[in-house]
Amino acid sequence: MDEPLSIVLFSGTDDRLTSASVFAAGAAVLGRPVRILLQYWGLEAFQADRIGHARGLSADADADGAPKLVAALEAGQINWAETLRQSKELGEVEIHACAQSMDILKLEQADLDPLVDGIEGIAGFLAAAGDGQLLFI
Amino acid sequence: MTTLDIAQRVDAKGLSCPMPIVKTAQAMKTLTTGQLLEVLATDPGSTKDFEAWAKSTGNPLVESGAEGGVYRFVLQHK
Repeated sequence: MDEPLSIVLFSGTDDRLTSASVFAAGAAVLGRPVRILLQYWGLEAFQADRIGHARGLSADADADGAPKLVAALEAGQINWAETLRQSKELGEVEIHACAQSMDILKLEQADLDPLVDGIEGIAGFLAAAGDGQLLFI
Repeated sequence: MTTLDIAQRVDAKGLSCPMPIVKTAQAMKTLTTGQLLEVLATDPGSTKDFEAWAKSTGNPLVESGAEGGVYRFVLQHK
């Protein structure tokens, strides 16, 4: 599997961020390149001053399941930022901020956690995605 | 059954996907060609995950089994 797994990370809630980190980790340990594009609320989550802080759950969250997920997050059983850091050490994982989102949210590279490798435009991201699969989270 | 010379053991019991294979990949990085790594896991998806990981990375899955809810895998550094 040499074609990269590309992930558009639009969501900024802990459940969806965790989901994205699981896909990135899985692909990374299988030796498959991963390319993540951070858009809007996903991008907000990677700001240096707030990465790792609780971000709540998505509207999909189930009333029964939500407390269980929150408990796992609070216990550190799941940590999406740490999973992404480990994934970068184990494989080829690139994380870029969507140029448009950076502009609209008035962010600069210096505002972002070192996990973010740089800023990328849509054409660059799609070209790099090639024939590989693309996920929208 | 011959006793295998295990170079390193990873206890991934109680950890959920993807941590068992993440910890396996981390441990494998510290080993050299031919060395054996033993992993214990309880995650239900383990068997398929480790078969897929072994096949994708080219590190042979030497042993794979389960006993009392605990999966045991032995992988060899390629």
